[in-house]
Amino acid sequence: MTMQKTAQKKAQITPRADAARAPAGPALEFGDAWTYAPAPEARDHVKLKGRYDLFVDGKWQPTKKYFDTISPSTEEKLAEIAEASPEDVDRAVAAARRAFDRVWSKMKPAERGKYVYRIARRIQEKARELAVVESLDGGKPIKESRDVDVPISAAHFFYYAGWADKLGYAFPGANARPLGVAGQVIPWNFPLLMAAWKIAPALACGNTVVLKPAETTPLTALLLAQICEEVDLPPGVVNIVTGAGATGSALVSHRDVDKVAFTGSTAVGKRIQQALAGTNKRLTLELGGKAANIVFADAALDQAVEGIIAGIFFNQGHVCCAGSRLLVEESVHDLVVKKLKDRMMTLRVGDPLDKNTDVGAINSRMQLDKIAELVKSGEGEGAERFSTPCRLPQKGFWFAPTIFTHVTLSHRIAREEIFGPVLSILTFRTPEEAIEKANNTFYGLSAGIWTDKGAKLFWLANRLKAGVVWGNTYNKFDPTSPFGGYKESGFGREGGRAGLAPYLEIDG
Amino acid sequence: MSNLVASATARAAERGPYIPPRTSPVDQIFVEERAAALAKRSIKKATKVAGLKLAVRMMDLTTLEGKDTPGKVRSLCAKALRPLEHDPSVGPVGAVCVYPNMVPVAVDCLRGSGVHVASVATAFPSGLSPLAIKLDDVRRAVGFGADEIDMVIDRGAMLSGDYARVYDEIVQTKEACGHAHLKVILETGELGSYDVVRHASDIAMAAGADFIKTSTGKVTPAATPPVTLVMLEAIRDHYYATGKRIGMKPAGGIRTAKQALHYLVLVKETLGDAWLTPELFRFGASTLLNDVLMQLEKERTQAYQGADYFSKE
Repeated sequence: MTMQKTAQKKAQITPRADAARAPAGPALEFGDAWTYAPAPEARDHVKLKGRYDLFVDGKWQPTKKYFDTISPSTEEKLAEIAEASPEDVDRAVAAARRAFDRVWSKMKPAERGKYVYRIARRIQEKARELAVVESLDGGKPIKESRDVDVPISAAHFFYYAGWADKLGYAFPGANARPLGVAGQVIPWNFPLLMAAWKIAPALACGNTVVLKPAETTPLTALLLAQICEEVDLPPGVVNIVTGAGATGSALVSHRDVDKVAFTGSTAVGKRIQQALAGTNKRLTLELGGKAANIVFADAALDQAVEGIIAGIFFNQGHVCCAGSRLLVEESVHDLVVKKLKDRMMTLRVGDPLDKNTDVGAINSRMQLDKIAELVKSGEGEGAERFSTPCRLPQKGFWFAPTIFTHVTLSHRIAREEIFGPVLSILTFRTPEEAIEKANNTFYGLSAGIWTDKGAKLFWLANRLKAGVVWGNTYNKFDPTSPFGGYKESGFGREGGRAGLAPYLEIDG
Repeated sequence: MSNLVASATARAAERGPYIPPRTSPVDQIFVEERAAALAKRSIKKATKVAGLKLAVRMMDLTTLEGKDTPGKVRSLCAKALRPLEHDPSVGPVGAVCVYPNMVPVAVDCLRGSGVHVASVATAFPSGLSPLAIKLDDVRRAVGFGADEIDMVIDRGAMLSGDYARVYDEIVQTKEACGHAHLKVILETGELGSYDVVRHASDIAMAAGADFIKTSTGKVTPAATPPVTLVMLEAIRDHYYATGKRIGMKPAGGIRTAKQALHYLVLVKETLGDAWLTPELFRFGASTLLNDVLMQLEKERTQAYQGADYFSKE
């Protein structure tokens, strides 16, 4: 009975402060009539080592310096991580070269495929541990690491394992040969998944790898190194060197690396491209984005709102292909914004290990500062801000889900990648204007289109300068589908058959 | 017969031609994805107990069988009033739902208890009888003392595009209800797509429904989480536009406590706190109650009890 009373009393509370800006009409109340009790995922089954050395030549090798990796949700220290020096990187590349020359390039492709399959299966077996560590180290909600990061990581290994002995069919009539040693540098937003995107095709194609995970999220790459040990992968085929920018720089500019693959910021990508100019190294870059998520008036609006939420609040907006610019047809702008705000009120921000958490912690203090700076700039430029009034934890790095209305194309928040849970909303009047605004960016990684009209969807998809275009969905990933950018979002494709090419020398 | 049609047509002419409201399309893939995502909410401990107790109070305990007798209905009413013999904090249920002929028995058993008596009417479950008979069915059920009427829409009219007729029948049924609350059963399992479910929801609300309800329980599929979500979204848009809160009743196929909690999550995260009350949300169910009670007892005692520790009716 009390619950019913509370509900009725709650409904009479004056509408939220922003309601004046919303279209006239009553507001929904998302309060505490029936609250969810904490539902934390157990972490006692996870045994982290106090200190992680470098994984080089199939062995754990110490180095001189170590740094701490912390949980961004509590700031607790999780482990000490080796900081690889240029000499360590040199040893790792030499080990990869030896493994390539003596073992991996000589192995029958079908045998190579078996190893990649074994990695995939071991990821599945250790899925729970990997998910918990991913959420601990990176701050992302456990439901995402459990349902997205880990299963899609395994799926990438399964998918590319199948290609290992079928490369002749991928490029008919050509002779496809591995390149040699791949130096791979990955970001902190999808640590295990990006390692899988990089390592799986490289190994399937017969290359050996030296991979550097991001300094804020090294743990799951190190667990992946343990998996390589557990499946008896020959020493040196996969080497994991942890460290920060200097380590990455030593790796990509190493003279004996044949191929560099980088996923990260456009600024660093440009520096890598400059450093590699004039060398014979192959390069693929997967960089930033400022994707347009385009909502037409004829769309299924309630589902479009779900897509907007998935586009910008998935993984706290730490997604290179995030739908960070919402382009909404002016005639439904007010309705969409009203629905979006109500939907945002149900987002649960907090403990990444709680199974009901929708939005976790910002990955690092540095990233939090960057988000805060851009949000301040948005306010300064006259855009109107709405942030959910959620209670944020005292410790750790947090940012409430935020949207900006009254944004114009010239605002910094409409041009620069924020890489956080912050959406900029613009309007358009016609499909032509939607295309013009969507393409008016120096990025070109992804875009979303929401319309009930199939013909309009395909008409737009063909005119958007974006590597990935989602129709009536957003942030969907599958190993069979190529992923990559236009313009300053990078070049080269990962995933699918196209994802093999960057790791092969194709004659004929 | 032709007189009845003529009079219905005349009434429609008085109201002016029916213009179907501009209903929002529904994206099947994403609405199913959203419903599935909400099924993953982890509902534990105090939340679970509060949710299950709420679910009991939201239940329309139902018997709709040809073999229903006064004895059966009396037995059901006793269960409705005191679902768990030793725990008066559980229940009573929201309503007892029966066929019109059983209404007097239910009214007699439930008098003064606050438990509503709901009656199906309008030639339930097919609705394919002349309108005059359907309206008479409603008036008689109300006359017997039912204070809630569960009507069925004419699915044939809906699917053949005769929206005016669907609308008009609901308007007239509402008139026939007098003070009784009207729940409009769409029979979503026969409508074929979420778009038609959405359209039928909009028509029913525009025509004066107090509740919209998924199913008769006589057709498979009956209530599902995505179809309920589509209807909740229609209710939300109606609330945005008019400020009027329409109730929701998924019915049929809801058999477990876990399913019931999932539906409550859908309501909480789609319409918010105001709808978390038996006034605006009901479960139509005949076998759900004992599973809910079993789970409540499990939470209280930390052990599952055998089915025979719970009275069947």
